[in-house]
Amino acid sequence: MSRNGPLALLFHALFIAFSVAPIAIVCAVAFTPEGYLSLPTRGLSLRWFRAIADNPDFVDAFWTSLWLGALSATLAIAVSVPSALALARYRFVGREALAAILQSPLMIPQVVFGIAFLRFFTETGLGGTFAGLVLGHVVIVMPFALRLVLTAATGLEREIEHAAISLGASAWRTFRRVTLPMILPGLASGWVLAFITSFDEVTMTVFIASPRTTTLPVRLFLYIQDNIDPLVAAVSAALIGLTVAAMVVLDRLYGLERLLVGEGRR
Amino acid sequence: MKATRSELAPYLLSAPAVLLFAVMLATPLAATALLSLHSFGMYKGIQDVYRLDNYRDIFSDSYFYEIFGRTFRLALIVTGLAIVIGAPEAHILNRMRKPWRGIFLLVVLGPLLISVVSRTLGWALLFGSTGLVNQGLQSLGLIAAPLQFMYSETGMVIALTHVLAPFMVISVWASLQRLDPQIENAAVSLGAPGATVLRRIVLPQVMPGVLSGSIIVFALAASAFATPAIIGGRRLKVVSTLVYDEFLNTLNWPLGAALAVLLVLANVAIIVGCNRLVERRYAEVFQ
Repeated sequence: MSRNGPLALLFHALFIAFSVAPIAIVCAVAFTPEGYLSLPTRGLSLRWFRAIADNPDFVDAFWTSLWLGALSATLAIAVSVPSALALARYRFVGREALAAILQSPLMIPQVVFGIAFLRFFTETGLGGTFAGLVLGHVVIVMPFALRLVLTAATGLEREIEHAAISLGASAWRTFRRVTLPMILPGLASGWVLAFITSFDEVTMTVFIASPRTTTLPVRLFLYIQDNIDPLVAAVSAALIGLTVAAMVVLDRLYGLERLLVGEGRR
Repeated sequence: MKATRSELAPYLLSAPAVLLFAVMLATPLAATALLSLHSFGMYKGIQDVYRLDNYRDIFSDSYFYEIFGRTFRLALIVTGLAIVIGAPEAHILNRMRKPWRGIFLLVVLGPLLISVVSRTLGWALLFGSTGLVNQGLQSLGLIAAPLQFMYSETGMVIALTHVLAPFMVISVWASLQRLDPQIENAAVSLGAPGATVLRRIVLPQVMPGVLSGSIIVFALAASAFATPAIIGGRRLKVVSTLVYDEFLNTLNWPLGAALAVLLVLANVAIIVGCNRLVERRYAEVFQ
């Protein structure tokens, strides 16, 4: 395989600078000791990170996002597992249609989900409730959860299951003691990806969150629309730190390349 | 008995998902389509009528043409830029050696998992408050006076390209992985210079990847919300921020729903159209 020339490496350096610059500046500004937006030129300070703790709005929103992400990822996985098993093991009428429908949320703009759920929840009495938020998020994160569970279920060796059944295990016991442990890595990665997707979702949530159920990205978004100060930079930097931590976990668990690009290798 | 059970099994297994999607996806979306036919009066609220008035209003008002025009113009420019920077980057990454390749792939794709709001805030800081972009351009002697990036289409294009370019890298990277290196080696051993190999061997084979990446980037750029809202401000609207205004400020939900329906239709038409083109033009690559 041929090497990259100096021009290619220069292009590469510029590309990397372009992709890292906005993330780096957020983290840099978050450590400013000044009371206004600036780069930390005279020493680093944690004052703006301490300021987050004094701002209950952001803290509450963080907990809402955390619970929302955990609940919707868990529910999405719970619904995905049986569907993934159906898609992976059976050839039935409507199989392609089912696969297409379960991936369809990816085709629909988040804004459209936002207004559709806003109207739907208002009519059904779920408007502004946490339950409504969870239901909406389950639909949006389903394709991500399903994709990874499906990959795990497709690669499964059926012989071990057949052995369990021939030894007299019930269908449920076989699922719990044999199938589930084997698809667990795919299931866990699907959960983390679904969690991150839900945790970061802003466009749909901005329509259906009430002041009491506002998530962290929505709180950030609404705050930034009014004014930008070092506080939002600190909140974003903390968020970036958490995401990077989750990314490391995901990389160890499943491989980030496999997760984002898919199984393309020969 | 046994046969019927195994025939029913896939339907029973997928029943929870189908039920969830019927209630939470099909119903709200169908209701939105119906909502777009209702009328709205400042004092009467939403009227349960079924007319195409909202659509007629949209098609007869140049204000809406301007916003749809801006949305799809931005999406087109962002897609073009994503091709120009994303496709070569994927190729360069693919030619890197072992540890670097994995590390830089993470650096390039990692931002996808970071909140869009945080990434856009980064651009707002670079453009506005700290003015680092203008300082950099001025010190390089590229511009004389500071440029206005915040609240401008240029700023929106730059931030959106940053947010969406990783999708192009993913798509081209995936098609590069399917490439047979022996074909490239054969061309080199037959005396083809590097540029010819790139143009005649690599490029035709990654074209489907570039096109499917373009479809993803275009669709996401045309329906982007947070980035245009923050960088564009309240004045420079795109379709999705206009829908937001109609729903949460003006409270004209039927008009907002009609705008959303048109956005989906335009998006789907473009995606399906491009997909057809890709499949027809590059049918042999997929075999």
